[in-house]
Amino acid sequence: MDLLEHRGKSLFAGAGLPVLPSRLACSPAEAQAAAVAIGLPVAVKAQVKTGGRGKAGGIRLCATADEVVAATADILAMNIRGHGVTCVLVEQAVAIARELYLAISCARTHRVPLLVFSAEGGVDIEEVARRKPGALVRTAVDPLLGLCDYQVRDVVAAAGLDGELAGPDGTPTKQALAGVVRALWRLYHESDATLCEINPLVVTAAGAVVCLDSKVTIDDNALFRHADLKAEAHAAKEDREARAHEAGLSFVALEGDIGVLGNGAGLVMSTIDQIAAAGGSAADFCDIGGGARADKVATALDVILSAGTARALLVSIFGGITRCDEVARGLVQVLGHRRVDVPVVVRLDGNAAAEGRTVLADAQILGLTVAAGATEAVRLAVAGAAAPAGAGALQAGPKTPRED
Amino acid sequence: MAILVDECSRVLVQGITGREGAFHAARMRAAGTNLVAGVSPGKGGQTVEGAPVFDAVAPAVAATGADVAVLFVPARFARDALIEAADAGIRLVVCVTEGIPVRDMAEVTAHLSRRGALLVGPNGPGLITPGRCSAGIMPADVFTLGSVGLVSRSGTLTYEVVHELTQAGIGQSTVVGMGGDPIHGVGFLECLELFEADAETEAVVLIGEIGGQGEERAAAYVRDHVSKPVVAYIAGFGAPPGKRMGHAGAIVEGSSGTAAEKKAALEAAGIPVAPTPADVVPLLQAQLERRRSP
Repeated sequence: MDLLEHRGKSLFAGAGLPVLPSRLACSPAEAQAAAVAIGLPVAVKAQVKTGGRGKAGGIRLCATADEVVAATADILAMNIRGHGVTCVLVEQAVAIARELYLAISCARTHRVPLLVFSAEGGVDIEEVARRKPGALVRTAVDPLLGLCDYQVRDVVAAAGLDGELAGPDGTPTKQALAGVVRALWRLYHESDATLCEINPLVVTAAGAVVCLDSKVTIDDNALFRHADLKAEAHAAKEDREARAHEAGLSFVALEGDIGVLGNGAGLVMSTIDQIAAAGGSAADFCDIGGGARADKVATALDVILSAGTARALLVSIFGGITRCDEVARGLVQVLGHRRVDVPVVVRLDGNAAAEGRTVLADAQILGLTVAAGATEAVRLAVAGAAAPAGAGALQAGPKTPRED
Repeated sequence: MAILVDECSRVLVQGITGREGAFHAARMRAAGTNLVAGVSPGKGGQTVEGAPVFDAVAPAVAATGADVAVLFVPARFARDALIEAADAGIRLVVCVTEGIPVRDMAEVTAHLSRRGALLVGPNGPGLITPGRCSAGIMPADVFTLGSVGLVSRSGTLTYEVVHELTQAGIGQSTVVGMGGDPIHGVGFLECLELFEADAETEAVVLIGEIGGQGEERAAAYVRDHVSKPVVAYIAGFGAPPGKRMGHAGAIVEGSSGTAAEKKAALEAAGIPVAPTPADVVPLLQAQLERRRSP
């Protein structure tokens, strides 16, 4: 689960990381009140789960209340890389002396958390690595030992801060940076994050260290340990994804017009690829998992068809332990009671596939075609989506030897 | 020979008195597995599928000499069960469980490597050496003993490809489902190394998907270290960035981990990539023929 900046910052604040006074606002009037409470000047920042909002004009510095009202109205009307803006963060503005970069993420290849620090924030890390390798720290954190002091010292050394520099409260800036690094590790570890990024982490003109942005991703699999975040994750899900998730389905909406469901993530991905290769386009990714439960199939159909974009439906099942005839009976149970207005193509292979095809053929469901194999199923679904609505059942071609 | 498991493997099932554990223990035994023990805390003293049940892994290992553990344990208890198995001296731990937190797996893999224990999974079907040992949930009927090694990130796609291989008369030496999580145990590299050294394996099939750099690293490893023919299949060309496609590890992050990138890396290393799962068979046959008639 990706967190919006303001939610990440509330975790930051709870973990003792330095953030500026800020308030969330969902209208120009709220933003104005927030700015007055915080004190001008302020930054008005679009709250979206995507990068590049600064370049898109989603962050505006405002010196007066009128500017805050105008900027908020503009930003709330924006669409940033396909993301609508429903709220802004109004944050105290600060004079920046230096921009740094600090992040901890899960390094899959090495199976450990990786801490990355750059003495130059706001630029491409790979470019810093080439141009000024001494300004970059990339260090793996042992999951069992945690972050070690020498690693914190490495970061502070790479920052190249003036030893005399101190913040308004007298804390040496170097010490403040070390505190940020330790606190970010604690937050990453304790909140089951897979990404905690501060870009930029700034040194203010007054010598303080401040997290100007936050990018936090929490591991969905660990939400059972974080009840508050779990509730938020559910609320944040798109309606269809939430319904699918509740039923134990994996669902992702796509842009095309062929509804796809199958048993197994790899199998469904593969089916989507084959549809594209045949000139079609999938409307979704939907994995119903193992077993043959009719209620899961029913929910999957509802979720897929409720968007109204599917012009054909492809059900792709490979029976491993699951028997295809049981899946077929589940499909009959659902499709026998529920009229589906688009052509349905079913592909059954593997365990008890022949029996399963017989079950479907015997049920004589209008608009349902049993394909002889994966290739034919894809071809029929693509043709079905391209045909005018109400064209009826699809004509299965002669079986090819390999698909039989 | 084969790799990782064979008829000499002494298999223990953690969670054997649960519904899944009991069901799959029976299937494993039917597939030729030497099932020697079960473990379920508080259920010691029973017998399931002819195997004595113990309260903990260590006494089970002491009494039966078990060296492979297969776990059927809910996600929130998996970390503890994996560590218990490794601490009891188990050589190979197979974890089927889906949904284990990343932090837990980072800790577990670090601990297991210190113990010298190997892990297969999590969030995968385990592994099988057909007719000799099944450690996990693979449908044994699909498999047939032979000389092609297979390692995969996806369960159902594995069955599909193996089904095609078996139909075409191509048997398998060992089939490993490494699982769909971002942090997992044995992967492409480890399996390629083992298959290359295995006298019973003649060629290797890799089944990959979007996310991570495993396929790219495998490509480089094959180029430098593998003399046997390798063919691949990759799923997820149509996956949008930033979305997890069913598996926790199947995600295109930014522009990294795409199927196109993986296909390019594999082909650059001389590994043919099949356009569909069924096309693995002719590609493999062509490679094997070339090798047999130089």
